[in-house]
Amino acid sequence: MAAFAAASVVLLVAGKDPIATYERIFDRAFFAPGALTSTLVTATPLLLTGLAAAAAFRMRLWNIGGEGQLYLGAVGASGAGIALHDQTGPILITGMILGGLLAGAAWAIVPGLLKAYFNTNEIISTLMLNYVAGLLLLYLIFDSQSYWRDLSTFSARQFPQGKVLADAASWPTFNLEIAIVPLGFGLGIAAAIGLWALYRSTVFGFQVRVLGDSASAARYAGIKTRRVVVVMMALSGALAGIGGASQVGDFRHVLDPRGLQQAGLGYSGIVVAALARYNPFAVPVVAVLIGGLANAGYSLQGPDFPAGLVGVLQGMILFFALGGELLLRYRFTLGSRGSLPVGAQPAGAARQ
Amino acid sequence: MNVNESIVVVLAASAIFYGTPLVFASVGELLAERSGVLNLGVEGMMLIGAVTAFWSVQHITGPDWMVLLLATTIGGLAALATSLIHAILVVGLRANQIVSGLALTIFAGATGLSSYVGNVARLGGQPAHHEFLALNVLGLSGLPVVGPILFHQNALVYASWVLVILALAYLYRTRPGLHVRAVGESPETADVMGVNVARYRYAHTLAGGLLAGVGGAYFSLAITPNWIDGMTSGAGWIAIALVIFAFWRPELTLVGAYLFGLFSSLGFVLQARQVHLPPEVFASLPYVMTVVVLVVVSTGWAKQRLGAPAALGTPYVREER
Repeated sequence: MAAFAAASVVLLVAGKDPIATYERIFDRAFFAPGALTSTLVTATPLLLTGLAAAAAFRMRLWNIGGEGQLYLGAVGASGAGIALHDQTGPILITGMILGGLLAGAAWAIVPGLLKAYFNTNEIISTLMLNYVAGLLLLYLIFDSQSYWRDLSTFSARQFPQGKVLADAASWPTFNLEIAIVPLGFGLGIAAAIGLWALYRSTVFGFQVRVLGDSASAARYAGIKTRRVVVVMMALSGALAGIGGASQVGDFRHVLDPRGLQQAGLGYSGIVVAALARYNPFAVPVVAVLIGGLANAGYSLQGPDFPAGLVGVLQGMILFFALGGELLLRYRFTLGSRGSLPVGAQPAGAARQ
Repeated sequence: MNVNESIVVVLAASAIFYGTPLVFASVGELLAERSGVLNLGVEGMMLIGAVTAFWSVQHITGPDWMVLLLATTIGGLAALATSLIHAILVVGLRANQIVSGLALTIFAGATGLSSYVGNVARLGGQPAHHEFLALNVLGLSGLPVVGPILFHQNALVYASWVLVILALAYLYRTRPGLHVRAVGESPETADVMGVNVARYRYAHTLAGGLLAGVGGAYFSLAITPNWIDGMTSGAGWIAIALVIFAFWRPELTLVGAYLFGLFSSLGFVLQARQVHLPPEVFASLPYVMTVVVLVVVSTGWAKQRLGAPAALGTPYVREER
């Protein structure tokens, strides 16, 4: 709530009526006809990149590379979609999901291996690879005659764009009366449950939790730290890669470098993960909230609602969540589950 | 052909030109990290510096040098104000430094406040009214080889050299400098010595913000004198990596920054000389090289954590001493 109060100040300075703006935001995010459906469209990639970040951050493996891994997922999925264009729907779509998953995982394994074997700071290496992945997208569509680029017509050769996928490559949706749910969102929910089960009832999940709490304890316990780091990085990249695949399969049906880069979905995933306190079940909730906020931002972004405000709002929510954490820590010293990594549970304000 | 137009001299001169914003930002980050505060918000703070400095040159009238001085100062102060958020969160409220720094970049960065300000003030697409131009220092710019490299740069390049010398003198030759190092290595000891740990951490985080802002201003006033969303394109992150390359020593940030200046300029220089490769290959060089150099640096010295302040990234709580 504090974040909303502070954002009100910004809106006031910007000459907007805050209460009316919030009414408009919530209306456009959840209540207006079709609003929930388009909020889910925005929330789907955030859910997947949020899970990607949450999975890695939980063991204090700072994979900031969700952005690039998502790009690679889009490359992998659209590549699979083009290659399998004459297959039936289920094969085609499974191929796209696998293509995105594997490409994202492969891109993430590089910093994972560097971290495991050379102790290379993964924050910097994953971030640098985001820029490289962005340039790779531009190269594939704008500066080469690649497999992904549409060269079939004269205008496509003049104005570069990706090959548009066959209709069969459009992912199915589930109509739940109140909203239409994209397949990617369903995959995200399944992934959240899978992640929870992984933490809860597998040896690997236990090792991840030990590593997250104390790296030295993990070493003394004989946990193969390197292997856990590499696998977790690949898992995180795979989730972000599915996010990229969903961008292609659910929404864009083409490899669209500019659209993907403007969206900044990987970075928003970090916000989602931090607000969800790296809890797999909180991620979908936060993703829908943030998705609604972003969605309302897009639909309100006319001449009177300038770009950049979405990032400002996301940043502020995080700041207040981080600040509120201290108060929570003081209030609940005895009752809290003290086993979470120190300082790893930002929540507070944003949960309301 | 004139020796000053040879590719080696041109590359050396442009390495310094393109590396200078990294010098400012990484010396700033180095000061913050030496006091124990990791600030991953450099990219966001640089963009705030870039946009406010550019706004200033478009709106302040006066002689060139005065407008540029004011604009750079304003860019620095705006970024300093941005870094105050991080300082309050991690020093005052002891929040997680990594998450807070990331939040700062999301808040201020390419899709945040800097973009908002640029948008509202309609700064995009305007040519700058004032910009930093290369000076002919002591009339020596025509000297063979050293002329273009050392005596034909803009004022901020020379300011960055002074900054490195000042930072060195401060850290190793003054009492507050000793205290900073103590605060970064062992805040408990510093506290016992009577050093106010929180005050030192606040001051150096803010200094880091100020210098990141100046580095950002360099982008919008010297490299490409206009405003584009996200125009620093990752320089803030490279600056953070440079602190690691430099083993937390100010003089070595110069080496790293110019190395990366070289990678950034290689594309332009080679393209001007008819070397045809996809532009993305050149553009990705600084990023790929950052990872490569980081790997090299982190392997050999990983065990000793050479130079890294021992208390980097950890909040200091007196009661838990």
